[in-house]
Amino acid sequence: MTEIALILLSAVLVNNFVLTKFLGICPFLGTSGKVETAVGMSFAVMFVMTLASVCSWLVQQFILVPLGLEYLQTIFFILIIAALVQFIEMMIHKTSPVLYQALGIFLPLITTNCAVLGVALLNVQQEQTFVTSALYGFGAAVGFALVLILFSGLRERMEVSPVPALFKGSPLTLITAGMMSLAFMGFSGLVKI
Amino acid sequence: MPAMLRNLAQRLGMMAHSFDGGIHPAQHKISAALASEPCPLSPIHILPMKMHIGAPCTSLVAVGDYVLRGQKIAKSEGYVSVPVHAPTSGRVVRIEEYAIPHPSGMGIPSIFIESDGDDAADDSIEPISDWRGMDPALLRERARMCGLAGLGGAVFPTFIKLVQDSRFPIETVVLNGIECEPWLTNDHRLMVEYADEILTGLAIIMHMVKTDSAIIAIEDNKPDAAKAIQLALDARDDLDDVRVVVLPTRYPQGSEKQLIYSLTGREVPAGKLPMHVGVLCQNVGTTRALYQAVVLGQPLTERMVSVSGDAMPRPANLRVRIGTPMRYVFARQGLEDFDGVRILHGGPMMGELLRHPDVPVVKSTNGMLAMREASFMSAHTQEQACIRCGHCSEACPAGLVPNLLADQCRSDQFDKAESYNLFDCIECGACSYVCPSNIPLVHYFRYGKGQIAQQRREKGFAEASRVRSEARDMRIEQEKQARAARRSSVRKTHPPKVEAESAPASEPAESSKMEQESKD
Amino acid sequence: MTGLFYALLSLGGFALLAGVVLAIAQQVFHVEGDPMVDKVDNLLPQTQCGQCGYPGCKPYATAVAALEAEVNHCVPGGERTMLAIADLMGVEPKAVEQEAAAPMLAFVREDECIGCTLCIKACPVDAIIGAPKQYHTILADHCTGCELCVEPCPVDCIDMLVKPELIEHWSWPLPKTRRSQLGHERREHHAGHA
Repeated sequence: MTEIALILLSAVLVNNFVLTKFLGICPFLGTSGKVETAVGMSFAVMFVMTLASVCSWLVQQFILVPLGLEYLQTIFFILIIAALVQFIEMMIHKTSPVLYQALGIFLPLITTNCAVLGVALLNVQQEQTFVTSALYGFGAAVGFALVLILFSGLRERMEVSPVPALFKGSPLTLITAGMMSLAFMGFSGLVKI
Repeated sequence: MPAMLRNLAQRLGMMAHSFDGGIHPAQHKISAALASEPCPLSPIHILPMKMHIGAPCTSLVAVGDYVLRGQKIAKSEGYVSVPVHAPTSGRVVRIEEYAIPHPSGMGIPSIFIESDGDDAADDSIEPISDWRGMDPALLRERARMCGLAGLGGAVFPTFIKLVQDSRFPIETVVLNGIECEPWLTNDHRLMVEYADEILTGLAIIMHMVKTDSAIIAIEDNKPDAAKAIQLALDARDDLDDVRVVVLPTRYPQGSEKQLIYSLTGREVPAGKLPMHVGVLCQNVGTTRALYQAVVLGQPLTERMVSVSGDAMPRPANLRVRIGTPMRYVFARQGLEDFDGVRILHGGPMMGELLRHPDVPVVKSTNGMLAMREASFMSAHTQEQACIRCGHCSEACPAGLVPNLLADQCRSDQFDKAESYNLFDCIECGACSYVCPSNIPLVHYFRYGKGQIAQQRREKGFAEASRVRSEARDMRIEQEKQARAARRSSVRKTHPPKVEAESAPASEPAESSKMEQESKD
Repeated sequence: MTGLFYALLSLGGFALLAGVVLAIAQQVFHVEGDPMVDKVDNLLPQTQCGQCGYPGCKPYATAVAALEAEVNHCVPGGERTMLAIADLMGVEPKAVEQEAAAPMLAFVREDECIGCTLCIKACPVDAIIGAPKQYHTILADHCTGCELCVEPCPVDCIDMLVKPELIEHWSWPLPKTRRSQLGHERREHHAGHA
């Protein structure tokens, strides 16, 4: 039980994928313009990340290791992720055309999202079990969703605030992301074992 | 006290209910002790065709007609509307557009009546002394035909509220004698001088909505009014279940929803009316006007107006005929030079700044304030950056976040402003009053609301245009089909000699293909 | 050699499996038409004026939804419509080419009208009434001010008048402070003006 809590806590806060490991920065900046878009993206990433880590664990354990094909890890994992992304893309197109339009290119780009591939590869690296890898994938996705939604909220506020011309747009966005990252790094040392 | 703690205490019954937020502006009720006096008849009266919320009226008189006081001169069109009556006897001299007290400075068609000085009254409306035995529906019609509209300033047609709806039975009538705006004292004087008439009006309202219980709410800065009402109440043998409640002075206590919460602890949900929580709220002025309409048979042609302000030589509470030019009223009170003076229609918190005094007194005129320019808040020119102190949120009686809403309205993010409940804003001005950065918050909200309303109008118009355009396309398509069908039937009966063999075979196929296309 | 065989077989098999699953999903989540067309069409002012270069609002909406047309061609809609469409489509706003004029109404000078019905045929919203050899008149409540009836009129008896401003439709302007203008400049910056 403690282990589960620790994995979740670590993935969500302490080792946050976006702000501590700096993975998945591209959708983090690209889809955080509006809260609605960010929420949609978060759910898409959550779906893909959790299933990708589960599937990749299964493939790793039951196909790659027995056949001695560990060198095909990357291509297998990308295949899994691509299939999942295709699936969620169709689903979003059907259920919410506006979200589909808003996510635009960032939805298919989840395929090459380093956070998603990263979680699959890290699972293998860290020799997780089936349950812990699923948890780790889910936790990482929740962490991603957390910072993405927080950040989009901040950006919505910044949109309506008077900002010096020098900082308008991307500079302020990047500075804010940096400051959020600093804040999240404060979580290291949160748990003493 | 922190809002949460207060809320808890109120729920536990340890503290009386009271609305959130609010402010304590300086009172300036300098005309409070001045007994009301009638304003003499002006030589000309200007009656705009619309002095209420709702549809405008259409004129019943022509230039040159002689009218009597109380004669209906414009009839209401539509349900949410009340007619206009002549304020005195005289001749109709002009019917043309004239400026009304409105922030736009624009005008609407108005009837000009030149007073003949006789002030002869039209007595065609029968007084009703036995209103207790009358059908409420007839009394309601009386309220409508006498032109009654909320005299607190909102001028919503009164008769609409005076209704028995079996789905929403009225349990309590709230008589609003709060008058929380600084400077204004017209309701105060009404309560002191016409307590008994107000109570009779209240009794009529209670008879109309079939309830025995009522609350008369008065702020504690008007102890004489509370005393006068209480004395009049004690002297009557009816109205047993009527209480006079004296509330601590706080702006905007007089706002309907806030007052109902303070008195009953019931919150009127967003977009709902007081009747949905079993309450009917009426202003004391309207209640007296109802008494006059029913018991005396007098249409609404006169109202109490506070004439005050720091630039006013002789402040007063005047009973002014509706339609009297404001310049005439000001002149009577000694103000003729408007240099360096700004005129407010209504109170300083919610009233409108007028561009010039050449507008008539209308049904919503509860006050006419002449203020020195120097005493105006310089918010309009000196807006500074928001420092996020949160005073506006604390002051907001509707529980909104004014600074965020203002940012959204300023940058035209109206859908977001709407999702932050912009339309729950009552425009009381408490947020602008407390803002240390002089941000004209309410103006931003008014801008936002106006823009949203305009967008909705445009949307509605676009929708209607689309329907018409689609109907036209369909009609054209049908006509084309009908022509094709006619052509093919003509050819069938008189087949051309050369193509006798091929035509009948190909034509039906073509027309059926066309039909299919149109279905797609 | 067997290693390579296994590798090809497992990868191919896995890809086939994923393909089959996706093919089924494609059937389940099949989208009929383009749902964005209606959403874009809803934002357009429906004047049917054709100033965008398309025969009406719906065709323009179809072109925008298919990413064939830019978002800034609707003249009567002006900047606000352009921003709304850009926002919906998730594309960069572009400056509106032509300032939207004040809303107009067409008006027939009836004593000059010869009753030819050509304007009636041209009106995209059926806002003109009349019959052959009878005076025609335009229903002001339904006229979109598209000017399509002006051109066909053989006697030039149709005027475009500025739509009268109503006090009920008056709305508060932005407060005239320096900061409120700052806010507006920002908005224009987003619209690609700056």
